[in-house]
Amino acid sequence: MNLLIYLQRPFVQNALIVGVLISLCTALLGVTLVLRRFSFIGDGLSHVAFGAMTVAAVVGLTNDMVLVLPVTIVCAVLLLSVGQNAKVKGDASVAMISVGALAIGYLLMNLFPPSGRSNISGDVCTTLFGGTSILTLRSDEVTLSIILSVIVVLFFIFFYHKIFAITFDESFAGATGARTKLYNLFLAVVIAVVVVLAMNLVGSLLISALVVFPALSAMRIFKSFRSVTICAAVISVTCTVAGILSAAQFNTPVGSTIVVADIVVFAVFSLIGWITEK
Amino acid sequence: MALLTCEDLSLGYEGKPILEHVSFRVEAGDYLCIVGENGSGKSTLMKTILGLRRPLHGKIYSENRTEAAGDRLKRSEIGYLPQQTLVQRDFPASVLEIVRSGCQGRQGLRPFYSKADKQLAMDNIHRMGLDDLTRRCYRDLSGGQQQRVLLARALCATRRLLLLDEPVSGLDPRVTAEMYQLIADLNRKEGVTIIMVSHDLGAALQYATHILHVGAHVWFGTREDYLKSRIGSSFLKQGGMQA
Repeated sequence: MNLLIYLQRPFVQNALIVGVLISLCTALLGVTLVLRRFSFIGDGLSHVAFGAMTVAAVVGLTNDMVLVLPVTIVCAVLLLSVGQNAKVKGDASVAMISVGALAIGYLLMNLFPPSGRSNISGDVCTTLFGGTSILTLRSDEVTLSIILSVIVVLFFIFFYHKIFAITFDESFAGATGARTKLYNLFLAVVIAVVVVLAMNLVGSLLISALVVFPALSAMRIFKSFRSVTICAAVISVTCTVAGILSAAQFNTPVGSTIVVADIVVFAVFSLIGWITEK
Repeated sequence: MALLTCEDLSLGYEGKPILEHVSFRVEAGDYLCIVGENGSGKSTLMKTILGLRRPLHGKIYSENRTEAAGDRLKRSEIGYLPQQTLVQRDFPASVLEIVRSGCQGRQGLRPFYSKADKQLAMDNIHRMGLDDLTRRCYRDLSGGQQQRVLLARALCATRRLLLLDEPVSGLDPRVTAEMYQLIADLNRKEGVTIIMVSHDLGAALQYATHILHVGAHVWFGTREDYLKSRIGSSFLKQGGMQA
């Protein structure tokens, strides 16, 4: 298909706008998540979002965001702020909640198939791997995604220095007067929002890739927090645009194409990093 | 009124005390060294003074305040040099970024650093002899350089009271001596009050003005009295050191 004609279609433009904004958000948050050893939180939360989405489908909600967003936010808060002192430690509680939600979600889908849907495994596959959902966004979904991503980006810019201080050394920041608990809470909410948004783009199983790859690629080469953050954002946006366009060109699934683009960039940056270190 | 007074503190986890009846006071200009065996609660005491944990019992007062304000010091009075964490070892951040983050406590909701903050960061970078390293990446520095970066950051947070948690662990002997000298200079020449947790008794006795020995028996007093005390001399013998 001719790329120019393709680009003129409104659903493609929507997909590109939403994709760029979402991948910007995941990259910005990815840097702090990777550095704080929370890489898997995105994965865990996306499974929670999947579970909530199936519940919404079973109940028959037309706008599933009303349910999915609050549930995911609550789980994020539990995992990030409470989880650190809890009896079940970080990675174990993430594993527990994420597979739990995945299993319950799939079970519910099969027990109470949503009316009018016959292809359950098709539905599940779309939710897990994104399918074409980014190209079939309704206009209210597009608006919501744009508003939420802009809020996330503004949050990140406004609290950039605080996020750095807490990421680098939480106890110093706390001891010298930063309200670390409050910022961790904010961060948890923001992560949940981003995960729910990113499900449309790459599906719930591939979200972690959007979180970790741009940050890790940037860290191969850049050596200050600011340059890593900016570079991760650029990589992520570029890969998403490239992914969406080549998915159209070669008729491949959007989500996995974006992730493959991220992997390629990671490989290239690792190589450059390895050469320059020597 | 002392800069910091702790009265009959009990510390512990989940209601079980690990350290009890700790009382001591720190005057402006003091150099207090907290010593004790591993697991005696030194770091827990430090975290309590910093306000990162609450004591089970007892009070912490600071200057100009007769009643404990939420059992902790005013945060802006404190500079802190924590033990290095795993996260920091491979952290992509420049020296400048880290030192500036010491100003964060006073920021409130202001999103960016002021000119005064930036100048303060440069002054402290200069004071710690890091001028050539401002753009360098933290993870590429040597252990001693990293500690000096963290010390510069702590000085951005305060000029009054510095709390140091095992500041020389993992450093080689020459760098250790330099680090101790740097801390001693801050204390003697610039009048910064120091509270240091250390298992290095030799250094504690060389530089400190006061000793707080924690463990089953808690002892607090001047360095001279510590050397004469029974607890001090027996701890010294265990450590294989001569007074």
